Order: sequence, then structure tokens, then C-alpha cells
Amino acid sequence: MSTSKARWAAVTAHSLFWPAVALVALLVANTIYRPGFLTVEMKDGHLYGSLVDILRLAAPLILVGLGMTLVIATGGIDLSVGSMCAISGAIACLHISQQPDQNALSGVLVALALGIGLSLVLGAWNGALVSIIGIQPIIATLILMVAGRGLAQLITEGQIITINSEPYKSVGVGYLLTLPLAIFIAAGVALLVAAVTRRTALGMIIEAVGGNAEASRLAGIRSARITFLVYVISAVCAGIAGFMVTANVSSADGNAAGLWIELDAILAVVIGGTSLAGGRFSLSGTILGALLIQTLTTTVYAMNISPQTSLLFKAVVVIIVCLVQAPAFRARFARRRPVAPAAPTAADQSKEQVPA
Amino acid sequence: MTTSSLTPTRDWWRIPQRYVPVLATLTLLLVMYGVGVSQYRAFSNIQVVFNVFIDNGFLLVVAVGMTFVILTGGIDLSVGSVVAMTAMMSASLLQGGVHPAAVLVVALLVGPTLGFLMGCVIHFFDIQPFIVTLAGMFFARGMCTFISKSSIPITDPFWTSMAQERIGDPKGNFVSISVLVAFAVVLVGAFVLAYTRLGRNVHAIGGNQQSALLMGLPVGQTKIAVYVISGLCSAIGGILLSFYTLSGAPLIAVGMELDVIAAVVIGGTVLTGGSGYVFGTVLGVLVLGVIKTLITFDGSLNSWWTKIVIGGLLFAFILLQRLIGIRKK
Amino acid sequence: MSGRQPVLTMTEISKSFPGVRALDGVDFRLFPGEVHALMGENGAGKSTLIKVLTGVYSHDAGTIELAGQQVSFTGPMQAAAAGVSTVYQEVNLCANLSVAENIFIGREPRTLGAIRWGEMRRRARDLLAQLDLHIDVSQLLGTYSLAVQQMVAIARAIDIQARVLILDEPTSSLDATEVEQLFRIMRQLREQGIAIIFVTHFLDQVYGIADRITVLRNGRLVGEYPTAELPQLALVEKMIGKELDVLESLDEQSKRDLAALEASTPFLQAEELGRKGSVAPFSLTIHAGEVVGLAGLLGSGRTEVARLLFGADRADHGRTSVDGKPAALRNPIAAIGHDIAFCSENRRTEGLVGELSVRENIILAMQAARGWLRPIPRRRQDELVDKYVKALSIRPADPEIPVRNLSGGNQQKVLLARWLITEPRLLILDEPTRGIDVGAKAEIQKLVVQLSDGGMAVLFISAELEEVLRLSHKIAVMRDRQLVTELANDHTVDADRVMQTIASGTHHEGARA
Repeated sequence: MSTSKARWAAVTAHSLFWPAVALVALLVANTIYRPGFLTVEMKDGHLYGSLVDILRLAAPLILVGLGMTLVIATGGIDLSVGSMCAISGAIACLHISQQPDQNALSGVLVALALGIGLSLVLGAWNGALVSIIGIQPIIATLILMVAGRGLAQLITEGQIITINSEPYKSVGVGYLLTLPLAIFIAAGVALLVAAVTRRTALGMIIEAVGGNAEASRLAGIRSARITFLVYVISAVCAGIAGFMVTANVSSADGNAAGLWIELDAILAVVIGGTSLAGGRFSLSGTILGALLIQTLTTTVYAMNISPQTSLLFKAVVVIIVCLVQAPAFRARFARRRPVAPAAPTAADQSKEQVPA
Repeated sequence: MTTSSLTPTRDWWRIPQRYVPVLATLTLLLVMYGVGVSQYRAFSNIQVVFNVFIDNGFLLVVAVGMTFVILTGGIDLSVGSVVAMTAMMSASLLQGGVHPAAVLVVALLVGPTLGFLMGCVIHFFDIQPFIVTLAGMFFARGMCTFISKSSIPITDPFWTSMAQERIGDPKGNFVSISVLVAFAVVLVGAFVLAYTRLGRNVHAIGGNQQSALLMGLPVGQTKIAVYVISGLCSAIGGILLSFYTLSGAPLIAVGMELDVIAAVVIGGTVLTGGSGYVFGTVLGVLVLGVIKTLITFDGSLNSWWTKIVIGGLLFAFILLQRLIGIRKK
Repeated sequence: MSGRQPVLTMTEISKSFPGVRALDGVDFRLFPGEVHALMGENGAGKSTLIKVLTGVYSHDAGTIELAGQQVSFTGPMQAAAAGVSTVYQEVNLCANLSVAENIFIGREPRTLGAIRWGEMRRRARDLLAQLDLHIDVSQLLGTYSLAVQQMVAIARAIDIQARVLILDEPTSSLDATEVEQLFRIMRQLREQGIAIIFVTHFLDQVYGIADRITVLRNGRLVGEYPTAELPQLALVEKMIGKELDVLESLDEQSKRDLAALEASTPFLQAEELGRKGSVAPFSLTIHAGEVVGLAGLLGSGRTEVARLLFGADRADHGRTSVDGKPAALRNPIAAIGHDIAFCSENRRTEGLVGELSVRENIILAMQAARGWLRPIPRRRQDELVDKYVKALSIRPADPEIPVRNLSGGNQQKVLLARWLITEPRLLILDEPTRGIDVGAKAEIQKLVVQLSDGGMAVLFISAELEEVLRLSHKIAVMRDRQLVTELANDHTVDADRVMQTIASGTHHEGARA
């Protein structure tokens, strides 16, 4: 009995336990409210259903969240991702709108390349401010967060650029193998980021830099390069997300595209168990966090509550997640149940004594 | 043995580094004003200056509150939403026929209450201010649409009289009541920061929280207090905004927190806390206001240039702070 | 002294943290007008006792009586109000406030809530004048030296009508002159009847000023002694609690033919290497298989020399060469490229990444050298880590637990293992034995001997002169941020001679020992 208890304790102590519980609870609540919620139908070779919608709509947030995870793991933060979305979306739409044939694949590819290229430049700007000049990340990226919206509007000249390009549109709402293309893009980027961080030593080095920057420098890590790199990755992720956001509505609005996505992304990262102080990070946690946020938004829509009001629920989620993860809160909570923590301590000690 | 060896000699003519950012802002402001006057004849009209105050009175009030928060090394992202929520709430209550005095009282209580709650979470659970006030921002913005999905006009006679009252000289130059309120808030804020224990504790915490704790200063109370103050300033700002627009709109003041933070930073307050002046914040708000005015006067420039220029200035001042920081080392 | 009433009596104080019994029934008495040294190794319970006294921690058992009244403070402010003030090692003031404010913050003179700045400055000037410190009190504290900041902290403490003044390692960042000035103030305060608790690691300073000594070890009281009746050696024994025999056994085996070493091409040669504000230009050569000891007081520039040689700080003067060829050691990466390794004295802040596992911490430097694109295969990682966990007997022997959960000694071994797997040719060890238990200390000393026997050059820095003497072939003596001399460690050299070198030129309390 004690082993099952210990196993249960290990499961509940896992950083993704409570987010997963919240996600399941939300899905259950939705199913009760609307019994058809979980059904997925096949129509015209495409899968339809709320779950598919959640995945599709969560794709931009997952992308931004992945980049944000790496930035936060180095102990930084990137507030400018929302503006980056707007900029990359704006430049891509601008280029396509200037093409004689908006449906030409080559024009769309050039547009995407332009967007990614601009994201690289802006990411390099953020990275340089943080890693070379040494400005605090929250402040350094605040600059582009403010100015970036202006840049996006500069690109669109204050207008909303509407385009009519099937290939570009498919980035947001297209289908591949019965599932929305956006899901594949998000999954592809997620796998790529996971491979780049976990199949190489990049992940560990990021965690080392975030955990202790000075110790990492003295161990011979080129911290500045790593820091620079994560801001560039974050910017590119945001750039791709910007394509999706604008493709969803086939238009680029410098003001509205990607508005507040930085906050949602940070929230997703925190829900996913990556500490805002840097260090250990969890990509799967971030994806779970993004899905949780999107499910919450979809739920609110489904219940016919205005989208703005969904912010009320987000506020509650932010506070609960932060409280649950805050050591100070846990300590307070644990003090009320003094019996529980005593048991594992004893177990740990006996474990340590065995090899000695 | 003498103590003179322990005392560094000091050039008397040197400007202390703590004043450099504020002086830089002042210079920038004067240069921008000079450019405006030399380019556009109408710019030299004193009413242009008054209008900057009239248009940015609420921003100034909120920035004073933000100065307190940033001085402790914290940040308050909720201010824009709290401004909007206060304006919405006032409009909604007035529409419901509640007496204006009661509306004012309620409006002035809600912001500080939210600030108090955020401050408590920040202090007692040791969660980063940035994420807690983010939740506050979501909450307040959500409340706006919860109150009403569309804009609510204000027709209350007290509000309209406050909006239209002009206090001016015989030549026709004038300021609004809001400007006087803003000045009052600035003076009170400056006094509190320079001459009260609360104000000095705010500086101490921003300088070194651990030391402040060991010196026995009420760190927790002070940290909570700054968020209450910021909430109060946002509430006053919200009321001033409702005077100015005579309505409450759920999406008003979106992104205002960025303008406020930019104004505070351009005003010379260090974002890591511990150093800054309310007077500097006033200059920061004026810089923002003059940029907007210049861009309006120009006509060929579009409004988005405001954001780009503010971003550029933010960059310049952050770089300046950074350079001063390096030199200190 | 026994005829007088103690101003402070702590009886049977106990305090536990999860997994640690930090204080176990400790008694402590303090009489008015005495300087009472509180001694003990790291982890003996000194800081815990002080934190219990000042109310930073609550105690689990025992009583505290201040001037005959039982007290239990809830925090430093309450303790200060009752006359118990503390000055901490890392000056706990606010550098961004003026000197005057730092003295009076929280107690500013006010009229109707408004601070009277003029009066505050005047009172600050008067107070500092009593301490013979004449500075502009309206300047920011951060513009003054650490020593001045320390004096300001003391001024703040005594202005709160202190009956008990706690000085927690106040001298660790002060030079000899500044220490003398501090002692003068302490004597002055003692005359006024203030009781001073003096925590320090410098034995000489204890004998220079303390009237009585209380020794703690592993959270227990060892005893309370008048300073005059406790010889230094006895004090050290009481602090460490073991005879030093374990360590003595190393003595002879490390002495080797110095002449042969000196004849070979030096591995690293530094000529007039220096950095403004850090350390004056120095020259130093280190040969393969040689242990060079850096002796000197804390703050004499030992660590700075190490940091320059490793490129942790950039030199602005002089040249370095490796194997007789010029080699610029501009940054840690360059130094590592020349097979130089550096174990910092601050394990937690400059050494380990607490969150990462033992394995990850061990492979970190090797991985960094390979670049992130070429990960070390997991099997190779496990082999290397296993080897060194066994060789250095790192406990617990689970390489996957976060390194922050390890004890100080084991953390030090992890840091050593990190560099040993990179097979360096020069290992710089800055205070490798500080704050770790005696057993681990002996193991690390043995390791140094083994490594140098195997041909590795070692630069060994320690505050403990005995340790430097025991291990080094050559001792470079630092004083006032200058390398004053190099001594070949033969039979003519002993602790006294090194001490004299360190202290030469000025009258210093330490010279007495």
C-alpha cells in the first residue's frame, strides 16, 4: 500500500500533473455541457470537431510558446513576440498583395521567406540587446514590443491588407491528410525544436545558462551566443505564428495580429512547469499549457460568453497556476498538513543509507 | 592613521550620476519643443503646452503610480485595464442613476482593492509582480466587457461640467480640471517619495530588498502599498479619462501600460528599482505628449510613428541607464 | 567578570531545519563591556544562533533573557528596538540611498510625518564624527568603499541605543588598516559598556580583540573560555574537534626535486600580468607537476590572480605564455583551450548549476568545449561520470539527483570532477577545502598530491597557511593586491616566515601569531 501511495505522490508531484488535470476537467465540463463536444466527424476527407478546432487554433500559441520556453529557460523573457507576429504577417501579406497572381506558389514562398528573414533580423536585435549590451530581457524586448506595433503599421501603412491567396490561406486553415495543416506545422516545429535542444547539447547548455550564468561562463560556455540564439529562435517561431494568425483571416492588421499572444505564451510556459527564473524547461509542458489555454478560450466561446470576458477566466488560471507552483504557497499549504511531508523524508534517508 | 584615505575626493562641478537621466530627459524635451517652435508657428502658442497636459493628464496620474511600483523594482501591467475598468464602472453606475459622489467613491475604491490583492499575492507568495499584475490586467479587462460589451456614454451633469470646465487666463488659454487633479497627484506623489518613511522605504526596497528587511523596514507592507498606490492612481486616471471622453468603453486604454512604463523609464527611473524621481516621470510624460503633438502638427507623419519614436527613445534611455550602470562598476 | 550580571543569557537553545539539527541545546552568555568571539567552523551553528537571537528564525526550544527579562523577538527590527543590533558581513545597507539615510532609515526625525532632512544629515555627521569618520553624508552610500560602508552600518547599529552589538564577519573584506580602525571603534564601544558578539574566521583577530571565546561545533556548545586561557592551537582543536593527525600524514610525500622542476620549460608563464583595481602586475611561472601555493590574507588578491590566469577577468597589462609560446588568456574559453581549469571559491554562484544533475554538472565543461552541436554520447557520459563518482567517492552516488542536494564537500568534488574529465594541464583551485568537513578536506588534499605526481600543474589557493605549506612546492605570497615574493617551499620555510612576509612593513595584529 505504501508503494502505491508513494507512486501516487510521485505522479501528483510531477510538474505536469495539475495542468493535465485541469485540461481533462475542462474537457469533461465541456462534454457535460455539450455532449457532442468530443465527437470528431469526417466530412469531405477532413476531420471536423471541437477537438480538431482546439488543436488548430492552439497552433500559433504553441509555436510562440516553444520559442518563449527556450528564452525563459535562459532566465530571460521575450515580450516582443506579439509584435513579431504582426510584423511577419504584415510583410508576407504585403508581398502577396503586390503579386499579379496572388495564388502563385512562388510569390507565397518569397513572402514567407521575407517574413522569416525579417523575424531573424528582429530576433537578432533582441538577442544583441540582451547578450551583447547586457540589458535586462524584459526591458530589452519591451522596446520592440512598443516599436514593433508601429513597424507593423508602417508596413501596412495603417491599413488592413486583405489578400486572396489560397496557398497562403492554407497555412492557417488548409488541410493535409484529413487534419488541419497548422497542426502539422506546429508539430513539425515542435519536433524540430525538441530535436535541436534534446538531441544536441543545446538544451542542457540553455538550462545551465539559465540556472547559473556566471558558472556557465566559467565552465567555458559561450553564454552570449546561446542567449543570442534563443531570441532568434523565439523570433522565428513568432514569425511562423504570424503567418498562421494572418492566414486564418486572410488579412494583416498591424494592430490586432498577435495581440496579447506574448502573455498567453508566457502563461503557457509557466503552466507547463518552466520556472520564470530560468533553468529546467519542458517543451511538452508548454504544449500542454497552450492546449489548456486554447481549450479554455474555446469553452468560453462555446458557452456564449464574450471573448473579452474569457480574460476573467484566464486571470483565475494565471493566479491558480502561479500559486500552485510558488514554493511559498506550497510551504504554507504543507504546514497545515505536517504529517504528509514527514513520511517521504524518512523514506529518502533509508534510501541513502543503503549504498553507504 | 587618518580617515582621509577612506574618503574619495570628488569634483565639485561634476553632476552626480543620479541626475544624469533626468537632465537628459529635460534636454530632450527642450530640444523637441525648440524644434516644434522653429518648425510650426502655432507651436509657440502656450495653449499647445496646456493641451499636452490636458490630453495626457490621466497618463501622468497613472505614471506617478507606476513610478512607485518601478522604484521598488516591481512592475504593474494592470494599469491600462484598471483605467478602463474604472471608466466603465463609473459610466455604468451613472447610467444606472447612482449619485455621482457615490460613483466617485466606488470608482476610487475598486482600483486600490485590486492593487491590494495583487500586492498581497506578490508579497506573501513571492510570485513575480510581472505575472501577478498580468493576471490583474486580464481580470480588469475581463470585467470591462462583463459590465458592458459596448461603449456607455456619460450624460451626468457633474461629469459633463468637469469635462467642460475651463480654467484659464483672459487671453483664452486654459487647462481642464483634470490637469489640476494631475498636478495635485504629482505633488502628493513627489512629497510622499521624498519626505515620508513610506517613500524612503520604497527607495530602500528597490535598492536592496534583503538589506531593507534586515534593517527592519516594513518590506511587505511597503510592497503591498505601492500596488495599492498604483491602483489608486489608475482609478484616478480612469475617472479623469471618463471626464475626458465622457464615456466608458471596454477597449479603451489598451496597451496604455506600455506608454506609462515608457514614460517612467524615459523620465529616468531605473527599471530595476531604487532610483528615480516623480519630476522625471512628469518630464517623461511630457516627452511622450510632445512627440504626439509634433506628429499631429506635421500631418505627413502617421500615428504609428509615435510608437516607433517612443520605442527608439526607450532604447536610447535604457542604453543610457546601462552605460551609467557600467561606469559605476 | 563573574560577579557581574550578564546582559544576555541564552539557555538550551535548539533549532532544527528539515533534515538538520542546526542548534542542539546551546548556552550562551554575554556580559556588558566585553568583546565575545563566537567561533566555529562553517556549519557549526554560529549564524543560526545569531539569527535565533535577532528573531530572523524562531527557536524550537530554550529561552533568551536580555537584561534579566525573557524575550523572543519576531524580527531584527524588534531586536534592534530592544537593543540588539547586527552588522552583517556583506554590508546590508542600501547603496542607492545617502549615507545619512542609511543610518536613520526607519527612524528618521519627522515633523507631522515629513522627514527633516537637515536634522538627519546633521545627526549623521555627528554620529560618524564620533567614529572618526568625516565624509559627506548626503552622498550615496554606494560611492564609498566597503570599509566606510561597514562603519556606516556600525554607526546605524550603535545609534539604536544598542546594548548588544553583533558583528557578523565584519572584517572579511577589510584590509589591515581598516581592520585596525574597526578594532579601535570596537574598543571604544566596549569602554561604553556595550557588549559585542564578534564572529570571524580570522584567529589572529580573535586574539587581538576578544575578551572571551565561545566555541560551537556541529550545533553544540563546546565551551566558553577567557581568551587568555585558550591557546590558539587548543582553539583550533576545539573548533575542528579532531586531532590534525589525519592531515599530517601527507607531509613528506609531496616534497620532490624542485631543481628538476625549475629546469623544465614552464607550462604557464605570466609576465607583469595585471588589472587595474584588481591586482598589481605580477610575474609567475608554473611548471608541469608543480604545486604553486598562493598565500595571503583574504582580499590580498589571491582570487584575482587566479581569475586573471583563467581569463575570468581580462588583464589590462602584461603577457602570458603557455609552453614557452605566447598565449593570450583573454577569456575562460581561451584558457580552457590551453588546458587550464579553474575551480572557483564560490561553488554555488560561480561553480555549479544547482538545478542540473550531478552528471550534467560534471560533463558541463567538456561539453562546452565540444560545442553544443556535438553532444557527448550518453554512454560515454555515464562512463566518465561513474568513474569520477567512484574515484572521488561522491555521495550520494546517484548521478541523476540535482547537485544542490549534495553537501558542500561533495559539491566541491563534483566541481573537481568537471575539470578532471577535461584532463587539464593546469588546475587552479581557489579555496577548494573551504566550508567542507575534515574528511573531504583530507581527500582533496591527497588528490592534489596525486595529480601533481601525475604531472599536472596545480595553483593552490587557501586561506589556511598550513594547508598551503603542506602541499606546495613553491609559495607565492600576496599582500595588498601585490605578489610580494616567491618562496621555494624547503625546510627554511615555515608558517612564521610566510606570516612575516604577509605582514611585513606594517604593524598588523596577525603578526603576533
